[in-house]
Amino acid sequence: MLDLRWPIGLMFTLIGALLVIYGAATSSNVEMYQHSLGKNINLWWGVVLLVFGVLMLLGAIRGRKNPPSA
Amino acid sequence: MQPIQLHWIDYSILLAYVAFVLGIGWTLARYMKTSSDFLTSARSIPTWVTGLAFISANLGALELAGMAASGAKYGIATSHFYWVGAIPAMVFLAVFMMPFYYGSKARSAPEYLKMRFDERVRFLNAGAWAVMTVFMSGISMNLLAKLLHLLLNWDYNWSLWICSVVVLLYVLKGGLTSAIYTEVLQFFMIVLGFAPVVYLGLKDVGGWTALKNQLAVVAQHPAALALNDKTFAPDAWSSAWKPLLAGTANNPMGVDLFAMVFGLGFVLSFGYWCTNFLVVQRAMAAKNMTAARNTPLVAAIPKMLFPAIVILPGMIAVALTTLPDKDYRIPPPIISEENYAKAIDVVKNAKPSVADAGVAAVSNALGKKVYADKVTALISAEATGKLSDAQIKEGLYYSIAENDYDSVIPSLVKKYCPPGLLALALTALFASFMSGMAGNISAFNTVWTYDLYQSYRRLVVDRPRPVTIIRSEGKREDVTLAFKDLGDAHYLWMAKAVTVVGTLLSIACAYFASHYANAMDVVQLVFGFVNAPVFATFLLGMFWKRTTGTGAFYGLIGGIATSAVFQSLTLAYGNMPGIKGGYLHVAKVFPSDMAQNFWLASFAFTACLVLTVIISLATAQKKSDEELKGLVYSLTPKLKDTGQHVLLRPAVLGTILLIACVILNIIFW
Repeated sequence: MLDLRWPIGLMFTLIGALLVIYGAATSSNVEMYQHSLGKNINLWWGVVLLVFGVLMLLGAIRGRKNPPSA
Repeated sequence: MQPIQLHWIDYSILLAYVAFVLGIGWTLARYMKTSSDFLTSARSIPTWVTGLAFISANLGALELAGMAASGAKYGIATSHFYWVGAIPAMVFLAVFMMPFYYGSKARSAPEYLKMRFDERVRFLNAGAWAVMTVFMSGISMNLLAKLLHLLLNWDYNWSLWICSVVVLLYVLKGGLTSAIYTEVLQFFMIVLGFAPVVYLGLKDVGGWTALKNQLAVVAQHPAALALNDKTFAPDAWSSAWKPLLAGTANNPMGVDLFAMVFGLGFVLSFGYWCTNFLVVQRAMAAKNMTAARNTPLVAAIPKMLFPAIVILPGMIAVALTTLPDKDYRIPPPIISEENYAKAIDVVKNAKPSVADAGVAAVSNALGKKVYADKVTALISAEATGKLSDAQIKEGLYYSIAENDYDSVIPSLVKKYCPPGLLALALTALFASFMSGMAGNISAFNTVWTYDLYQSYRRLVVDRPRPVTIIRSEGKREDVTLAFKDLGDAHYLWMAKAVTVVGTLLSIACAYFASHYANAMDVVQLVFGFVNAPVFATFLLGMFWKRTTGTGAFYGLIGGIATSAVFQSLTLAYGNMPGIKGGYLHVAKVFPSDMAQNFWLASFAFTACLVLTVIISLATAQKKSDEELKGLVYSLTPKLKDTGQHVLLRPAVLGTILLIACVILNIIFW
């Protein structure tokens, strides 16, 4: 059956990448980031999501190479 | 609150999420061949998936909004729902009860009751369950649609229908497996979506120590925030046990130690986590016995840390409200623009010399209680130098002395999220509503198909029956007419049909909830009645082989009746008799709804337990020991956990979790 790590990994990689790009593009917008206490939270949290997504994908790839015995 | 404008990035993230949950449904559709694939996942799912789905199914909107609300109202003591309630109950389920649920090969919790007792007990449990799941998902969808309307100014009807249709589509395509898989996706979405909001909130308050200091101010003057009309010791919001040990008058929950430990910790939590089919169904979908037993344990690890995501926001909201320069308050109830306009007129025309009359008139115009000092200050500010309408409106917003606690999380999301992160947090909200709804729908269709429809067909419609045939020559012949079993295809069809019907019924319930909010409170109260005693039935059924079907049936009815009588005779402080209790007579007033609820559960459970024991002893056991094998503790061969790593054995893992739980209780003592 479907290995759930694929959709989770793909979705968070995609959303993480979107946030990183958006964060980088808006990093000069001081007013917008007053909400988040002056931090470019999109960029930072985007990186976190991206790392999480990629780790899930790596897990899924490893799982495909060594299919569980049971 | 002004509605938020969404940007392209926000729409992209929301759409990506919707595309992925639908994609999961479509990918799984080709595995859905039998009713068992559709309704029970054919017992094939790995542990980490069932484990995360186990908590995610419970992490619906009511849980999120409710826990943040309690975090604001009662502080860290709300974590008792986790550290006294949920975790021990989940360990108990894993170590002691799961072997019977999974080992009996029952397809649902009511079906276990049928195997252990008889059709009557199953019917009572399944019927109540079916009605409850539909209402619960309706309540949840109503909340979501209201929230989208409030935050984004989306149309209520469209929001309700679109969200329901998304849920319907993926459950219809991929059945329980799809519900479980998306719940795991939603679990990560909820955690990763809210974590940055909580982080920013905590940072804004000034960190954990600053939060505790601020909560000490709150505890000494909770009336200033319209939280409570008493005063408490400084640690009442920031300690879990000290205020509780000091007695009902000294903790904002108004709960005593017995009600907390027995009522919440034992009866309510064990009742919920060990018998609620919504969560138990996730564990029953696991691929083998070990995976099924480890499901609640895997779930317990993140569950233990959840207070940081669901309760902390409430505490942060309270602390922020006390800090004037943060421009924040716990949102007041929604007030129409017309009423604001009326109140603004009142402020403009009020005379500072008769401020009391002005305060009363403002309160009247808004239709809410107000803080007299804030309104007086607003009136004199308006009299000395003219304020703009917007300034007056803002002043009025901060003067309303009532709180809408359920909006705490959305209000923090709005405060801290720039576009981008906003979509992530909104998606997390969507995810929690959808997982709640999908969970209820997928439990509803199983119970309907197997416990109500199939058992009804087999018992009533397809029952073999004697018929007399009269032959042409006048000879009479008695035969038994047997009906052919309908076959699985029919039940798969029924399961899918009832998934659609269940969704439509939930939508109807959502409309009902939006029009009759008070009626819905009563409905939820009634579910409380029905559920409180049921843990006694399961407990006796699993651990005392003498329990009879008649005992279980009448014991359960007795327990439910006890709840109803208890509610009719007691009242919570601040409630009107006749609406939420005290229907017949007010014999006892509890300090809070929670205290009343915990005591109700304690009484109902005890009544059900005692009645079941007495009636069982008075009636004959109709089931032989052979029939009860695998269903009762003393007649089931003990499981030996030798095949796995010592740390992965349920009993060992459970003990480690309990120790961790004790440590958490001590840290936040």
